[in-house]
Amino acid sequence: MREPIVRIARRLEPSPEMVFLVSVGSVIFAFLVSGFLFSFLGIFPTEAYRVFLNGAFGSFYALSETIKRMIPLALIGAGLSVSFQASVWNIGAEGQMLIGAIVGAWVALFSHLPSPLLLPAMFILGFLGGAFWGVFAAWCRNKLAINEIITTLMLNYVAANLVLYLILGPWKGKTVRGFAYTDPFPKEAWLATLGATRIPLATLLLAIIAVFVCYLILTKTTLGFELRVVGRGEKAARLAGINIGRVVSFVMFLSGGLAGIAGVGEVSGIHHMLRHPAHISLGYGFTGVIVAWIARANPLGVLASSFLFGALMSGGDALKVSFGIPFQVIYILNGLVLLFLIASDQLLYYRIIFRHGHQDTREEDYGGVVD
Amino acid sequence: MGSLISGIIGRTLAYSVPLLLATLGEIYVERAGVLNLGIEGMMSLGALVAFAVAFSFSNPWFGVVAGGMAAGGAALLHALCSITLRANQVVSGLSLGMLGMGISGVLGRNFEGKVLGATLPVYRMPFLSSLPGFEKHNVFVYLSLGLAVFLWFVLFRTRWGIVIRSVGENPAACDAMGINVSTVRYTCVVFGGVLAGLAGAYLSLGYRPSWSYGMTGGIGWLSIALTIFAFWNPLWGLVGAYLFGLLYQLSFRFQAHVSPELLNTLPYVFPLIALSFVSRLAARKRIGPPASLGVPYKRE
Repeated sequence: MREPIVRIARRLEPSPEMVFLVSVGSVIFAFLVSGFLFSFLGIFPTEAYRVFLNGAFGSFYALSETIKRMIPLALIGAGLSVSFQASVWNIGAEGQMLIGAIVGAWVALFSHLPSPLLLPAMFILGFLGGAFWGVFAAWCRNKLAINEIITTLMLNYVAANLVLYLILGPWKGKTVRGFAYTDPFPKEAWLATLGATRIPLATLLLAIIAVFVCYLILTKTTLGFELRVVGRGEKAARLAGINIGRVVSFVMFLSGGLAGIAGVGEVSGIHHMLRHPAHISLGYGFTGVIVAWIARANPLGVLASSFLFGALMSGGDALKVSFGIPFQVIYILNGLVLLFLIASDQLLYYRIIFRHGHQDTREEDYGGVVD
Repeated sequence: MGSLISGIIGRTLAYSVPLLLATLGEIYVERAGVLNLGIEGMMSLGALVAFAVAFSFSNPWFGVVAGGMAAGGAALLHALCSITLRANQVVSGLSLGMLGMGISGVLGRNFEGKVLGATLPVYRMPFLSSLPGFEKHNVFVYLSLGLAVFLWFVLFRTRWGIVIRSVGENPAACDAMGINVSTVRYTCVVFGGVLAGLAGAYLSLGYRPSWSYGMTGGIGWLSIALTIFAFWNPLWGLVGAYLFGLLYQLSFRFQAHVSPELLNTLPYVFPLIALSFVSRLAARKRIGPPASLGVPYKRE
């Protein structure tokens, strides 16, 4: 029998080309569907797409805004990749990020450290602050048997209210009159930006480093191997003698800490003050979940997916400004992309095989059965 | 003193309604083996649609129906992803939540600050109204109370209840016995969505007859914690919702001494404290979540 031109075979691991096709396809589908929404709002869809693409990639400024938003997403996404590999559902990056921002703001405003130490201390303590917020959830899971989804979700709200308490109460700026934020940080606590852009250079580098460190931890260390075993099933991990509690604590420490760094980066690189939680975060914590998921919990993939979602955010911002749509339009785009992505999850396990002329392509078949 | 107590009880009853409705829904969803983290988004969508329809037709009941249907429709998306397409339920629920918040935020802007003439009616119930705090209430206060008892009865005393619980524990065995696992799960997920939508409708048509983005205020997330606290039992859900509501109301009494932002953290700290007691008790008594919770069923 002749080989058909295109065959589809099933395989056990997601195939890279399908991950790419499905990711791109999900974004395209999300856009097509959001077109209905735009027409409903009285905006011609193609006009909306044009504004969106311009706002995300259209100019040097647009691209720099995309990268500015990519940084916290990459930091959070890299940490969450490690946590998802261990099947630990940290949904609390939002709160961990805010705690990092609080700690960073405290160092900047009240620690009176000599200026060369200020920024390093903000980042180190901010990391530890976010990590603490994460490890608390790990402790609740290990010692009290409370599911980490619940704990991390609840702690998001606790952290947001803590920020509100501080900016309305004890830390309310003396120079800001009626507004709810702290005094601006001293200049020594500001991150330098890259050229004429608003991209903080330090956090950009930290994000790239974080991505590679997370990748190395996952692939090259014993701990990384252990956590992937835990992710495949606790029973097997326990039989293999792996200390599950320690693994859970570690991934929460790492992912919480990286979210904390993202928080420090936002307050010291962008806002230069502690302000309303919705301004510090823009939903980075929840979007980070998608970023890690779309990268199939592979930290290297997070570089691409965080760029994509950074673009969605800055493009969404352009939509907001040009058409006066509320900012929640970004949630719709994110939600749609994610929905299409997970809906097509099963497709990832198939592989498209093209017939090359008269070549025998049988060796490319993984021998799986299409179910 | 008497008026103080009846005031606290009355406000507790009113505050607990959306929490109770959403929790009852999530109990059924999880009992059937599906986790839906999108409650907050469905509730927000339900609140907006209910408000928009009630506002446009000047009839609160149209709003209630529309709000329930909108959230039920949204839940159908989650059902499609998590049951038919066997997607990860955590991520699917989160994306549903995001979508719900997004759509209600974008489409709801024109309804912000509008005054609703047609609100849900307030009744005095015979007998009940002589109790302190029960003098007169929104019709949803009584409906949700009755619904909790009814849903407990269905879940633990009827064949339907056995089917739902079995599907959540051992779908393969149910499948072998000729029960359609997908149908049961779809029904429960959509039912949970409808209840979340009704919770939203109560908020925007009764509790605070208006629409504003974020008016659900985390109740949807709380109900997920409450579902565990209630051991997936509607009657314990009733107890838990009123308990949380009471603690929340009592915390307002300290507003003169403690800042409102710190008090606002309490609704999210209570569940953690409550769960820390309850989960050890549950471990001792070997009560756990439905065995197949969060696991897509696939016929081998």
